[in-house]
Amino acid sequence: MIWLTWRQFRIQAWTALATLTALAVALVITGPEVTRLYHSSGFAGCRTDCAALSSGFLNQVINGTTGPLYWLGIAVMFVTPALIGVFWGAPLVARELEAGTHRLVWSQSVPRSRWLVAKLLGGSLVSMATVGLFSLAVTWWADPIDSAYLNRMFPEIFAARGIVPIGYAAFAFVVGVTVGMVLRRTVPAMAVTLVVVAAVQLVMPFLVRGQLIQPVEVTAPFQTTAVKSLHIKDGGGITVTGRVSQPGAWVVSNRTVTPSGVTFTGPVDAEACGRTSFSQPKCMAWLDTLNLRQEASYQPANRFWALQWYEATVLLTLALALAGFSFWWIRRRLT
Amino acid sequence: MTTTTVIGADGLGKRYGRRQALADCTLDIPAGRVVGLVGPNGAGKSTLLQLASGLLSPTSGTIEVLGASPASTPAQMAKVGFVAQDTPTYAGLSIREHLHLGARLNPTWDAEFAARRIRQLDLDPGQRAGRLSGGQRAQLALTLAIAKRPELLLLDEPVASLDPLARREFMQVLMEFAAEQGASVVLSSHLVADLERVCDYLIVLARSRVRLVGDVDELLASHHRLTGAYREPATLPAGQEVIHSSHTERQSSLIVRSTAPIDNPSWTTQRLDLEDLVLAYMSNSATIGSIPVPEAQR
Repeated sequence: MIWLTWRQFRIQAWTALATLTALAVALVITGPEVTRLYHSSGFAGCRTDCAALSSGFLNQVINGTTGPLYWLGIAVMFVTPALIGVFWGAPLVARELEAGTHRLVWSQSVPRSRWLVAKLLGGSLVSMATVGLFSLAVTWWADPIDSAYLNRMFPEIFAARGIVPIGYAAFAFVVGVTVGMVLRRTVPAMAVTLVVVAAVQLVMPFLVRGQLIQPVEVTAPFQTTAVKSLHIKDGGGITVTGRVSQPGAWVVSNRTVTPSGVTFTGPVDAEACGRTSFSQPKCMAWLDTLNLRQEASYQPANRFWALQWYEATVLLTLALALAGFSFWWIRRRLT
Repeated sequence: MTTTTVIGADGLGKRYGRRQALADCTLDIPAGRVVGLVGPNGAGKSTLLQLASGLLSPTSGTIEVLGASPASTPAQMAKVGFVAQDTPTYAGLSIREHLHLGARLNPTWDAEFAARRIRQLDLDPGQRAGRLSGGQRAQLALTLAIAKRPELLLLDEPVASLDPLARREFMQVLMEFAAEQGASVVLSSHLVADLERVCDYLIVLARSRVRLVGDVDELLASHHRLTGAYREPATLPAGQEVIHSSHTERQSSLIVRSTAPIDNPSWTTQRLDLEDLVLAYMSNSATIGSIPVPEAQR
């Protein structure tokens, strides 16, 4: 069974290896350049004036030749799990059902559940190894940049670093296999897999990740000296948010409330903060009179690895549950 | 040869959603026979064969193959060979790789036979299955199934896509296998002519039901075509069952099942060939249902 699994999966595996090698070569060649800039900019090991040094370093690294590679690294980490689901997972069983070859292979002396074990295990291990090595290379390469940006916790970076991509790879692969088995058609299965994987990639950061560990809640008087955003709308509405001064933290929620506890939306004092008669000091002074409070919750930067493990576990659990479902399906429904 | 049962079915049925593909199928097929499974397209032949191979599970009734539930254990799977309809093979795998697949996935694999067959067929082992002709692909699928050394070989419309020469070659290999191994074979076709020369046991399926089962010689000996002046079928003596009748104004033509010889000088009695027999049962089943079969089909 291992031989057949390998024989049918080897093209995919070679493709993965070739892509991985290409990416690794690009990263290994440019990695020293990132490290050199990290040190030469003075940001490495800085004690004072780190903010200026870090933006100097980032300017050099992002605007230089290494910039495109930085963005490519992020894109690759987000796209690869979806590609794995669509091109490796979805056709795995669907193509057999379409071509009728399942009748050939299930008529040998190996039960179909063992056939599926080999396919699922082999495919998901290759998928996880591929993405794991991708992630290892990208995470290592981008580490100085991440430490300057302090944005590892942000949704656009978080799932492109560490071990979470491995979880996405396994999940996407099993989704593809399961959808293909249920739909029995390769092309529709590929489309559905793409939609499901993309949906989970969106749902995870917006609904799930922030709650995997109870976020840190802060309630403090609203500081007009630390305003993050201020929007004045037609008709006298206003929204204002304060900064959460936690370096590298991911702010899950942040709202400004009135003393009675409802979200502050105005009405605005037209003289101080009107659309036409806006004056920064007057507006801030007026806001100070309202006794507003800031209610925010955030995940601090030092929870990065804890959240990585939790999210990877959630994804692997989902993958296992789907795999269980596919075993039930192949034994009970494909008959 | 033993007299044990290779396929025993009791009230076997298979339903796909609202469509009943096979209903109330009760069979007791003795070992060592070459069984022809005949019926029009959609009669349930594939369903019955896939139930016997364990690819499908019944929705009602039971089926036992070689004394056990189909595909229940790897050992049971090793005893049953199955060549599915359209003889599927992996287009991207070479012939050699197909044989390797067979060797890896079957404990009783006969590698020497498989290699010899491929040589006899004059096939290049490096050739991808996707580039084989329909006949060559069928031969490859048959080789895989036979090299497994099964006690029961099931073939679903194996010769449907083959030209007459390839048909003959295919059947020849099949018969050699059955004779040498003393194995049982069940093969299906919608054409009696495909099976006539090779089968010694017959199952007629029509409209998802078994219409006729039995030893070919016994069936032929017990069926007669009677022709004579027009008369009502009810006038036949007991023990003679009318399977099919057609009447013109002056003449009646009956197909009658009777174990005793027909001893009535007012009838002209003829023997039936297998095709007449099968068609009689197939058209008989059609009159039971609501959709009449056009006369041309006879």
